[in-house]
Amino acid sequence: MQRIVFAGFRGKAGVMTETTPFDEMWGKGDSLRGPYSAFQEWFDGEDHSRLRAKQREAEDVFRLTGITFNVYGRSEAEERLIPFDIIPRIISAQEWQRLSRGIEQRVRALNAFLHDIYNRQEIVKAGRVPLDMLKRNAAFLPQMCGVTPPGGVYTHIVGIDLVRTGDDEFFVLEDNARTPSGVSYMLENRETMLQMFPELFSRTRVQPVQNYPRDLRRSLGACAPIGAGEDPTVAVLTPGIYNSAYFEHAFLADQMGVELVEGHDLQVVDGRVAMRTTQGYQPIDVLYRRVDDDFLDPLNFNPDSALGVPGIMDVYRAGGITIANAPGTGIADDKAIYSYMPEIVEFYTGEKAILQNVPTWRCNEPDSLKYVLDNLKDLVVKEVHGSGGYGMLIGPAASRKELAEFRKKLEARPGNYIAQPTLSLSTVPIFTRKGLAPRHVDLRPFVLVSPDKVNITPGGLTRVALKKGSLVVNSSQGGGTKDTWVLGD
Amino acid sequence: MLGKTANGLYWLSRSLERAENTARLADAGQRIALTRLSGADDEWGSILQAAGGWDGYMAGHGEVTRDDAIDWMLRSPDNPSSVLSSIKSARQNARMVRTALTEEMWEAMNGCYMAVRDALARKVGERDLPECLQLIRSRTALVRGATHGTMLRNDIYDFLRIGTFLERADSTARILDVKYYILLPAAAAVGSDLDNVQWESILESVSARGGYRMVHGSRVRPQEIVQFLILDKRMPRSLNFCCSKIHENLRYLVNDYGQQTESADMAERLASSVRAQEVDDIFDYGLHEYIQSFLGSIADVGRQVEVDYRFYE
Repeated sequence: MQRIVFAGFRGKAGVMTETTPFDEMWGKGDSLRGPYSAFQEWFDGEDHSRLRAKQREAEDVFRLTGITFNVYGRSEAEERLIPFDIIPRIISAQEWQRLSRGIEQRVRALNAFLHDIYNRQEIVKAGRVPLDMLKRNAAFLPQMCGVTPPGGVYTHIVGIDLVRTGDDEFFVLEDNARTPSGVSYMLENRETMLQMFPELFSRTRVQPVQNYPRDLRRSLGACAPIGAGEDPTVAVLTPGIYNSAYFEHAFLADQMGVELVEGHDLQVVDGRVAMRTTQGYQPIDVLYRRVDDDFLDPLNFNPDSALGVPGIMDVYRAGGITIANAPGTGIADDKAIYSYMPEIVEFYTGEKAILQNVPTWRCNEPDSLKYVLDNLKDLVVKEVHGSGGYGMLIGPAASRKELAEFRKKLEARPGNYIAQPTLSLSTVPIFTRKGLAPRHVDLRPFVLVSPDKVNITPGGLTRVALKKGSLVVNSSQGGGTKDTWVLGD
Repeated sequence: MLGKTANGLYWLSRSLERAENTARLADAGQRIALTRLSGADDEWGSILQAAGGWDGYMAGHGEVTRDDAIDWMLRSPDNPSSVLSSIKSARQNARMVRTALTEEMWEAMNGCYMAVRDALARKVGERDLPECLQLIRSRTALVRGATHGTMLRNDIYDFLRIGTFLERADSTARILDVKYYILLPAAAAVGSDLDNVQWESILESVSARGGYRMVHGSRVRPQEIVQFLILDKRMPRSLNFCCSKIHENLRYLVNDYGQQTESADMAERLASSVRAQEVDDIFDYGLHEYIQSFLGSIADVGRQVEVDYRFYE
């Protein structure tokens, strides 16, 4: 049953006027949903002042361990904490099974799509995706044409953003196939909850997420080039300590027990990418890069980049190193390509997509643009290449002035935008001074892909809009996080 | 280990040591100022010189006052050796080499940074100075404790130790050099109360009063101060002690990596020359000249470590 709820639409024909969003703890407000029953029992017996103290304690722990992110455009010293809410987001085993199937299907399709468009381009020949979408897209890297990465894997690490609108309705919001971040919060949030509320875990069976770093290491190792040997050398490439996600880069390298390198630690030596150690240059087999394509190789891409490694693309094309994720994967999570995902899934898997796409208007098509301009105040408009919630318009929340300004931008460069209806995102309670209060959430599960396996960690990152009624969950714009539980069978 | 990581570890411990030394000098300066009868601020001049950055201070201030000197040493962002600048740099380096540190050490370092940053957010008044210095001492001691208590004894630890002792040797030598003239044998003949205070101030600046008393009793004499701060092999801030530690840790690296290095050879030569030194020979050679030549040698060792272990390229 497909039922998209359009929040904020005011009585237009054919559109439901629905104001109360689906709450994952209380459903439509009538009765407690199953996955939350054990939690609710525990919560009822808790003293709120103790919980408040615990909430503060959690923030102190985060500050001390340095789980902070840097805010772009502010003084370099500023490191902010992502607020953490102690009420977990709980998903039942059955719900998770269905989600997992959908995610796996989608990730396999993404990889098949990437291989196809950088090789034979069957999907274009079949007329399912217009050639224009690729040709005029900055995320499409001609340097990748005819290159097959070791093991045939393009997107080694994927973080698919999901939203929920009802008991049984999940939508994919974004595919994040380049360098999804946030997995360190998934791990630290769980660690914090385990330390603060051990009793809660002994009365509820929650599937563990703690194996992620080990799985990541194994998965990356399994994608090493031929001839890398039993124990491939893996390294994490970071832009450096001023990057907003530096904490995560260091965290993952530490947890995997591999080196954290920057561009200036690396050099091409004898046809291999090698890192400068205290004992000379040591070759790397697999590079988990957290640097964008454009900065990866000043010889092949942006010549001003100091973050990358001159010549790494040549080594890569010769099969001397695995780069995860592969250069050019951005084309698969591009917002314009996103609108073709139902066709893409069907084309490569021969099945209907299990997870739904949010209906999307491509503003480069005149009919769509007209519709979008006519209904601007009811839509969410996003930049095709934007991320992090920047450069986005949320129609129902925008002022007249903001709408007028955005209209101009849209008319000037329609191809730069897509539009979607405002979904009524589900809510999960957060803990406030006045007790529990519903707030909108999304979910980013983390997926690891190796030649033989798609591994989905049971859980993920739940982002929550802490402001009442707000739909923006991005950490850079006032969102917080929650621990995400997937219950055992 | 990455060359960059070795570099970060080395500067992490150097900066931390520098923060401690600067705080200790501020403490010594304050004590001396309080125990002197004349109200002059000239003691702060030599304290500033010993702490480094004298030129920087004079460029910004023109005259030496107690308040400005303390603020310069504790908080000034223009002073790269101020406690705050040093702690920031230590923490910055710790972030850079986060994967090489134990969780306990990182948390101690990060906690040290947060506490010191908050304590030094505003000018520190005279009344709050002792408490503030105490906080710096105990926070840096916690980092050192976590380092000793939790870090593996491997190359990571060696680079930390090398940074610590290079900085410390440099600091002790500079403190001696600023006051070398009051330690000359001719000065001993004067033997006035004022000079006693001066001599004690030197011991105070390196937290050596108690140690000195244990070894040399309660009489403070310049020859013995020089003996204690340069040649004593038990005094953890003496040049002899620091050099033998630098050599020791470089030798561990040589054994660990199976690679002989120029820096280890240089450290060995320096350590054995300090070890074999007699205090009279130092005076014959000239105390100031001796210290200047030592400062040159220790800087050479530092530079060679950077080259041998590929800190930069």
